[in-house]
Amino acid sequence: MADFRAGERVRVRAVDPEGHTRVPRYVRGQVGRIVECQGRWALADECAAGVAAPRVEPVYTVAFAARDLWGEGGHEVTVDLWESYIERVREDGA
Amino acid sequence: MSGEHTSTPVAARVRRLEARLTEAGVVTEEQLDAALAAMLAGASPVNGARIVARAWTDPGFRERLLADANAALPEVGLSMAGGIQEQRLKVVANTATTHHVLVCTLCSCYPIGLLGPSPSWYKSEAYRSRVVREPRAVLAEFGLELPADTTITVWDSSAESRYMVLPRRPEGTEGRSEAELAALVTREGLIGTAAV
Repeated sequence: MADFRAGERVRVRAVDPEGHTRVPRYVRGQVGRIVECQGRWALADECAAGVAAPRVEPVYTVAFAARDLWGEGGHEVTVDLWESYIERVREDGA
Repeated sequence: MSGEHTSTPVAARVRRLEARLTEAGVVTEEQLDAALAAMLAGASPVNGARIVARAWTDPGFRERLLADANAALPEVGLSMAGGIQEQRLKVVANTATTHHVLVCTLCSCYPIGLLGPSPSWYKSEAYRSRVVREPRAVLAEFGLELPADTTITVWDSSAESRYMVLPRRPEGTEGRSEAELAALVTREGLIGTAAV
């Protein structure tokens, strides 16, 4: 399991699952910055699917620049994301 | 943006769902009423306002509140444990150069215990879709014109945390009591769609 630190750049997985998820569409595939780890909670996707023992994962506050999300705007949007929703952005930006 | 246009179809859906559940014997009307009453008991923006007034008058409390709100709330006789499980609370403080505003783009997550039931516009698609995209314009429609150099952060509560804004203490309020200060704080100020 990844263990993200504040300030690290992460990309939201560009998923489109069949069932319930808590990844807002507007951040899928987008790169943001870890603000903080909030604690650990059962993965909402598995809870909604009725999984008896859902995975418990860290949830992170991730900040996105409006310019990255919408191509304009000077504000930031933070979104709360379970660890399996995000992946580390490599040094070369890939 | 205000108005009840989204609440009517939602209310109709909730009534149909209630009817199906009671007809099927899953719950009784009495159980539903009791659950709602328990959730809303004491839920009011007066709670949020008390937290803000204490933070304005007690720098130590302000520091503890911003660092770990759940640990600080008992100091004013409150907690986030009113629901099925204790929810994490994050308080975000406005400053001279930064402004915070809350949304739940996926549904309508909201710190009901501290702010009372959410306003209908908070649940509207218009607010939820626009505030993440053009917060400055949305806030101006609420009558909040922010200076051009104010940095805006929009907090989308998409998981298990709930948020509350700590507004800036208005100028000219020196010497006022905690109760007088609490009376200045509005629900919109705690959401971030008003200055206080």
